[in-house]
Amino acid sequence: MAYSDKVIDHVENPRNVGTLDKNDPNVATGMVGAPACGDVMKLQIKVSDEGVIEDAKFKTYGCGSAIASSSLVTEWVKGKTLDQAAEIKNTDITAELELPPVKIHCSILAEDAIQAAIADYKSKQAK
Amino acid sequence: MRYFELFNLPADYNVDLNLLNQRYLELQRAVHPDKFAGKSEREKLLAVQKTSEINDALAVLKHPVKRAEYMLSEQGVDIRAEQQTLQDPAFLMQQMELREALEDIQHSSDPETEIDAFESQIKLLDKQYSDKLSEQLIAQDLSVLEVAADNVRKLKFIYKLREELSRIEDSLLD
Repeated sequence: MAYSDKVIDHVENPRNVGTLDKNDPNVATGMVGAPACGDVMKLQIKVSDEGVIEDAKFKTYGCGSAIASSSLVTEWVKGKTLDQAAEIKNTDITAELELPPVKIHCSILAEDAIQAAIADYKSKQAK
Repeated sequence: MRYFELFNLPADYNVDLNLLNQRYLELQRAVHPDKFAGKSEREKLLAVQKTSEINDALAVLKHPVKRAEYMLSEQGVDIRAEQQTLQDPAFLMQQMELREALEDIQHSSDPETEIDAFESQIKLLDKQYSDKLSEQLIAQDLSVLEVAADNVRKLKFIYKLREELSRIEDSLLD
């Protein structure tokens, strides 16, 4: 299967790979996995006191599409408020990366990673 | 469950693989095209269909994850085409760490020892999630079947680790 140029670009030059300090109260982590292919994705966000995502990092073990999807969402969420980030849909990711139907689950994984990170942030703040 | 019936085996997750293979060979011989050389077109066609059915059944029953997914689907819980994600932070964190450890093996000074250690770790995890499947997969209770489905989803990650490990083993042998 041929990857689109955008996927190849993200795989060759992944943006924002790494980890943020999980003990920082402003850092939240979203962990998701796709049983279909065994891919594992970790997305971390650092949220300012005003509720804006200042930084995002990811680590993904999976195929090119999964890596590209997570790399892309780290770019997209930066500068967004939590509510704006929550609006990112997997279909936006598929469209941007021109993912074929068999790789849609990779974009679902990335969307769910954002949701999981936001949920983690809210539960951390509630404590 | 039809696939088990084909081989005249009890519908049990802990299938006797030797017996399965033996029954497969018997069936395979019985429907071999040579035996149908002088028969009608209809009989030939049926023999071909039977051959492909027993091949499919064997492939599913031989593989622990496919066998479990098949049994779940026969019980009305089909997870084979699902796209939903797994959200179990503790389990996924462990998966992430295991993937990182796998990466380190490739640069280790003594990869063989580390591969062996990793293999035993995978075996333990495999056991943890498949130990109760035999009972769970024949349960009538949907909540028990859901627990089984969750175990099978996790087993798929364990099998992925196993695949990655053998890939690394192969690359180190080259």
